Amino acid sequence: MTPEKKIIDRVALDKLYESLKAAGNKMFAPVFRNEQTDFEYNPNASEISYNHIQTTQSVKNTVFPKIENLFRFESSQKGVDLLNIDFTKVPRVVVWNAHPCDAAAFSALDSVFNWDFKDEIYNSRREKLAVIGMSCIKADENCFCTSVDLNPGSVKGSDILLTPLANGTYLAEILTEQGKAIADANASLFTASNGENKEEVLAKVEKQFDHSKVTENLANGFENPFWHEFSLRCIGCGACAYVCPICTCFDIQDESKAGNGRRLRCWDSCGFGLFTLHTSGHNPREIQSQRWRQRVMHKFSYQPDRNEFIGCVGCGRCSRACPVDMNILEQLVALEKLEVAK
Amino acid sequence: MDNLRQKAKELLESKTVNLVIGYENGTNGKARAVFITDPEKTGKLIYDERCKQNLAVYLNKHEVKHYGKIAIVAPLMVMRSILVLVSECQVKKENIVALGIGEDGSLLDFPSLEVVEKYVAKIPLGNPQSDQEILDKLNAMTMEQRRAFWQNELERCFKCYACRAACPMCYCLRCTVECNQPQWISAPAHPLGNLEWHMLRTMHLTGRCVSCGDCGRACPLNIPIHLLTMQQAEEAFHMFGVRAGTSMKAESALSTYKPDDKENFIL
Repeated sequence: MTPEKKIIDRVALDKLYESLKAAGNKMFAPVFRNEQTDFEYNPNASEISYNHIQTTQSVKNTVFPKIENLFRFESSQKGVDLLNIDFTKVPRVVVWNAHPCDAAAFSALDSVFNWDFKDEIYNSRREKLAVIGMSCIKADENCFCTSVDLNPGSVKGSDILLTPLANGTYLAEILTEQGKAIADANASLFTASNGENKEEVLAKVEKQFDHSKVTENLANGFENPFWHEFSLRCIGCGACAYVCPICTCFDIQDESKAGNGRRLRCWDSCGFGLFTLHTSGHNPREIQSQRWRQRVMHKFSYQPDRNEFIGCVGCGRCSRACPVDMNILEQLVALEKLEVAK
Repeated sequence: MDNLRQKAKELLESKTVNLVIGYENGTNGKARAVFITDPEKTGKLIYDERCKQNLAVYLNKHEVKHYGKIAIVAPLMVMRSILVLVSECQVKKENIVALGIGEDGSLLDFPSLEVVEKYVAKIPLGNPQSDQEILDKLNAMTMEQRRAFWQNELERCFKCYACRAACPMCYCLRCTVECNQPQWISAPAHPLGNLEWHMLRTMHLTGRCVSCGDCGRACPLNIPIHLLTMQQAEEAFHMFGVRAGTSMKAESALSTYKPDDKENFIL
């Protein structure tokens, strides 16, 4: 559809939030708590943070929760019965006030979960998801969206993208049919736009590297000593993967008592030594530098090659969450300049 | 700082060690670990109040052990961690040179780890004051209040295991949470699984935790999990008179039986 532009003021914005919540949507919005800003389900409108730069976690939890029940099982003398979970009953969710990097990440998730196998569970959540994005008027030294083909006002992935204007109102770009349905159902909260320009309020994020050069160097840099030197510091936790909006690796766990239980899909990370450990005891990624290389290769080499997207939206969460300062931007800038034999 | 750089340089030049682990300036004003093999690069070394990571976590890392003899910048928590790791046969004492850092930030001369033991013996040990104050508040709560506090904190955990990865004493090649034949504790990051995981880790560190607080600092979700192991460190001291990281011959509080062990905690 042709995007429409409208204006919504701050009071009406709270009313829109309450209206969507009252309509039965589960609202996923950022809140400042425990000395950090992170997304929560159904906070009060007054609790929502509008002045943070980045939340600790991404919004992937809405479609790829940290634990997903896949099915239940019951065993009896006759055998095992598998009991499907009715995924038509998953709630409608509205991601509220997500930055453009988070909104853009959904297309990468869609691609991964529909690449070969169509993941019914993911898709049933995704079909009931609406994204109200919020352009960034602030950024910090960890942000690098402009280096991965996005920008602080990217409309990609949002149904409605809001941009806070200098006069305290918000420019609302209504981008999809779903966004239009939301705007139409709450038409009294919006006023007509008068050619407001969002570009002048957007955060300035300098382009830091050429991602196609990184991809090119990675194709020839598998055995480069770079990986060992840059990753001795990595302690092999999963913080980077778990806060990443695009990391989708998971592990399958069964939980049962006396033969009855459930099968769960749980987040996993290629940074863990167990991730590739074979039953034989052999581990093709035996040491941490190989695991770190896998993380970078997957995002900037394999995914561009196979899925035709970059597995990174430049949100900088991994750099902020890392306890030992494995800064992804620093590494990508170094990889762009890496001298590799071709 | 010049003394530290000079000493590190000498150790590498004389080939006394093959690797120096220390701190350097990282990105965005942070300090971080650095691994130096070239004597000409010891100028990167720094030491200031930002240098909080417990570098001893690297001593047991496969790629680091590969270097053989290693010098490590060692403020008190690192010294104590080295002593625990030697007592638990995880590192060979002849492979470690401690570049000791005194409480005033000056370089201490430690010709051997025996001298480290003597140095640690003179320092009053316990939890950092700011953490102990929070523990005192928690200990003054009723059991129900404490349970509610921890349930609220731990349900956020998503099991990235940064706490485990940051801890020098969490060196098991296969952590209990990863054993599934049988499954001892619940692996998924639901409230029960999280509670089981953090209780297990706390129990396993009883009498072995040097109260460095790195597990809490590593947590990306700001869950104050270091308070659990710090409380256990105090419990172990009061029950068994053991402070972790004071001797290379220390016996583990929970795996050593003594006829005069207190039994008053048995319900």
